[in-house]
Amino acid sequence: MKPIYTSAKEAVAEIQDGATLMVGGFGLVGIPEQLILALVEKGVKDLTVISNNCGVDEWGLGLLLKEKQIKKMIGSYVGENKEFERQVLSGEIEMELTPQGTLAEKIRAGGAGIPAFYTPAGVGTKVAEGKEIRVFDGKEYVLEEALRADFSLIRAAKADKFGNLIYNKTAQNFNPMMAAAGAITIAEVEEIVETGDIDPQMVHTPSIYVQGLLQAKQEKRIERLTTR
Amino acid sequence: MGQVNYRERIAKRAEKEIEDGNYVNLGIGMPTLVANYISEDKTVVLQSENGLLGIGPYPTKDEVDPDLINAGKETVTSIPGSAYFNSAESFAMIRGGHVDVAILGAMEVSENGDLANWMIPGKMIKGMGGAMDLVHGAKKIIVIMDHVARDGSAKIKKECELPLTGKGVVHMIITERASIEITPEGLVLKEVFEGFTIQDVIDSTEATLITKNVVENVKL
Repeated sequence: MKPIYTSAKEAVAEIQDGATLMVGGFGLVGIPEQLILALVEKGVKDLTVISNNCGVDEWGLGLLLKEKQIKKMIGSYVGENKEFERQVLSGEIEMELTPQGTLAEKIRAGGAGIPAFYTPAGVGTKVAEGKEIRVFDGKEYVLEEALRADFSLIRAAKADKFGNLIYNKTAQNFNPMMAAAGAITIAEVEEIVETGDIDPQMVHTPSIYVQGLLQAKQEKRIERLTTR
Repeated sequence: MGQVNYRERIAKRAEKEIEDGNYVNLGIGMPTLVANYISEDKTVVLQSENGLLGIGPYPTKDEVDPDLINAGKETVTSIPGSAYFNSAESFAMIRGGHVDVAILGAMEVSENGDLANWMIPGKMIKGMGGAMDLVHGAKKIIVIMDHVARDGSAKIKKECELPLTGKGVVHMIITERASIEITPEGLVLKEVFEGFTIQDVIDSTEATLITKNVVENVKL
């Protein structure tokens, strides 16, 4: 069956310099914490990273940014990540800003065997520059191409040994589409249960999309603790 | 009157655009405040583009779940009847025209409803997040913002100077001074709020305003 890694280091062993990675999560929610730390430790560089955000200055993908391991970033939001904003504005990192829905659909399409699709998002803006525009029913749409990755590093709450996955609440975000769009998908999960212990009706990501599993404790840092 | 009260005024006025039964997406920042003013006699379901339909109030300390956030990355709760889903599904809802109202912030809005709210070249880059998808998907797009920039310059312009988020997408603008509708004929000044005159609004707006039938001295 599929490998169940005993360490994050082992899980990322095949990832080499110049690889294209998809990394799940929205903000710090649903990020594969230990796999990212293992990439920092391994010191792989010239990475192309596809992820909605790029972590914060001291956690998540922000750690890879800080070590200058990312050559190109494809995402939708820079936000309050100061180091990221600095690297983008100074041109130290190549940034392909993509509308969030377009990003999600590019990844979905990549995993679903659809090479490109038309969307209204970005028409008449910088995003559509140099891309094909086509009119359907009197409205303009821009052609966007699918994304695939050498490796997808994702995070789920629970897996069975087949690799079926269940996510917790809003930690789902980009993870299911990335699972399908990675040539090799490694899922970092909080808990691995015996095959058959997950109700098939509750599976979010079917096992066919997952090539390896790592069970790891998650810190789950909170970016903006807000209480009433 | 302080800034805080102005924000409350804007949020309260925006709430009036939301109807019972609506599915609504609130942007990051001031738009998020609108949630605090939704009338109890309306059932409104708030969509969060990171994968939640049915945002609840902020959690108590004991209720905090690090895996449950809104699009502004704040910890939230979910209401009875809510649903979680992935980002592709979330934007299918948005692009597919299923969201009734989206309320967003803006740096600039133009006479024909162009919106700019994601970057200032060379200075600031936030990213568009889900705004470019939202402005083409939600049935009604409302911009809420301060009427003028911090340096006093107009934010409602003949044409946007900053990179656009969307072209001809905004239906309505609500500021601390006025509510303005964007129509095929141009910007129609609908209401001027307490403390300001029609002339104040004209003077602080670069774009041309149509000022027939303006309701003045509106209290919120």
